[in-house]
Amino acid sequence: MERSLRRFRANKIGLCALGMVGLLAVIAVAFFVLDVLGIPWPMDPDATNLERKLLPPDSVNWLGTDNLGRDVFSRLLNGAYISLTVGFVAVFVSLFIGVTVGAVAGYFGKWVDKLIMRFVDAIMCFPTFFLILTAVALVGPSIFNIIIVIGLVSWTGTARLVRAEFLTLRESAYVQAARALGQRGPKIIFRHMLPNAAAPILVTAVLGVPEAILAEAGLSFLGFGVQPPQATWGNIIADGKTYILDAWWLILFPGLAILIAALSFYLTGDALRQAVETRSERQ
Amino acid sequence: MTVFIIRRLLASVVLLFFISLISFFIITLTPGSPYPWGELNPKVSEDVKRIFREKFHLDKPLHEQYGFIMRDLFTGELRSIKDERPVLAKIAERLPSTLALNLGALALSLSFGLLLGVYGARHAGRPPDVITSVLAFVFIALPGFWVSYLLAIGLVNYGAVPILGTHTIGVTFSNGLEVFLDRWWHVMLPASILAIGGVAVQSRFIRASMIETLREDYIRTARAKGLDENAVFYRHALRNSVRPLITGIGMLLPALIGGAVIIENIFAYPGMGRLGYEAVLERDYPTLVALNFVTAALVLLGNLLADVLYAVVDPRVRLE
Repeated sequence: MERSLRRFRANKIGLCALGMVGLLAVIAVAFFVLDVLGIPWPMDPDATNLERKLLPPDSVNWLGTDNLGRDVFSRLLNGAYISLTVGFVAVFVSLFIGVTVGAVAGYFGKWVDKLIMRFVDAIMCFPTFFLILTAVALVGPSIFNIIIVIGLVSWTGTARLVRAEFLTLRESAYVQAARALGQRGPKIIFRHMLPNAAAPILVTAVLGVPEAILAEAGLSFLGFGVQPPQATWGNIIADGKTYILDAWWLILFPGLAILIAALSFYLTGDALRQAVETRSERQ
Repeated sequence: MTVFIIRRLLASVVLLFFISLISFFIITLTPGSPYPWGELNPKVSEDVKRIFREKFHLDKPLHEQYGFIMRDLFTGELRSIKDERPVLAKIAERLPSTLALNLGALALSLSFGLLLGVYGARHAGRPPDVITSVLAFVFIALPGFWVSYLLAIGLVNYGAVPILGTHTIGVTFSNGLEVFLDRWWHVMLPASILAIGGVAVQSRFIRASMIETLREDYIRTARAKGLDENAVFYRHALRNSVRPLITGIGMLLPALIGGAVIIENIFAYPGMGRLGYEAVLERDYPTLVALNFVTAALVLLGNLLADVLYAVVDPRVRLE
């Protein structure tokens, strides 16, 4: 644990990425609170102003305005909490399912394991984004539905990982001892085995967040994401694509926001993976 | 070998059954109306609704519906709700474009992934490796639709790369070769954008596999007998670390086909992804079931192919 922490601290890229993640989280929470309190800053993200439509970045609208004269900067800041909420909650849902399924398969083994893993293999054959799109379109696009669907589709990787960890852990001495003492399955799973598989689970969780953010952006882009007027990074691009040749700022900035957010999570996750890995990658 | 392939085929049948269950229930169990008109549309009479329900077996219980839909799918009788054409025919006419796009993207992912991964491993731990690693994550984090639009602006203004459709419209080519080249010229841009993420993922796997191989005893032996570092690296280590190249076939396919939904839309490319998007818009249930089933089956085929190929390439793998 301590060694992992030290290794993580030595990784400058990882630290920068973690800082970025922290900054994004602060922005998301701050603007969520501002939104709830009804204090628009720097401008009201939904306020239209047709006299100032499709203007390039200037001193009033720092990142320009869209076709209804709404301030792109305010909309970007306001879209941050949608992206991060989708990212975090979807990962939470997928972790919950993945860990449970993987733990059951890995702990019980035999035919339970065979059946569950066949099912997981089958789900993994589906083109993930198409499956998400189909389900979201049929249920109806809303932030809640998007989170649930992304979570329901993306748990397979976690399940495989937890199962593999559990298959090795169940043979270990302390699990054998716990079983010999007559402890029940659930208690052994949650008290003894899960904490020992926590590190790789944490890594997949962090790496799962950007996947969910990108999936939400893609859905929003196709019009099946969070519905307007609520701004999200994906739907600002979707709305802006009509004006692509006149208003590059409508495409460039939200895309950069998605890129930076996803990249920060990926780099943090990778640094975590390197830190908790038992074997060093260096030769 | 034959026994192995037969066993894998049998296992695939089981998987295919699960796949059919999932693709059917994802669509039927989600709330929402399967009717092309709204559920409560007063202009549609009860009779029309009843006839519609009977035609598409919607008046039967779910397990019977599943039976009907699978029977119809395999006999080619399954028809789209929208235009009542056989779904398999609709998919078949999109298949060549889809294969060209996805196989092109797959080839790009594997080849450039290999280059980037080997380069990273060669300089492991040093600045070039750090740079390629960060670059790989930038590639994974890039939203494909965003890159498409940025590139489209650039290419419309400063280049002569086609950004729409599968072939040049209004031009008749004199021979087959030109037609072929024209098609590939059109596939290139969407395939490259689709491949960006795949290149990055592949490079990470190749790099990891390479670094692991470099720790083997026989590499130490090769170095100890005085072989020059390049020979050790490219002749001894590289050959034994190409495993991700083959497993990548099966692993990248779902992401590629899924990502193609967006890319095909942007570049007006008539593949299965676009068919799927149109079916989603029209709530065309039979087409959606069939598309999900067919794409998953294609991925399964890719996995099977990868397994067999893996055993052929690597004699250490015993076929059990």
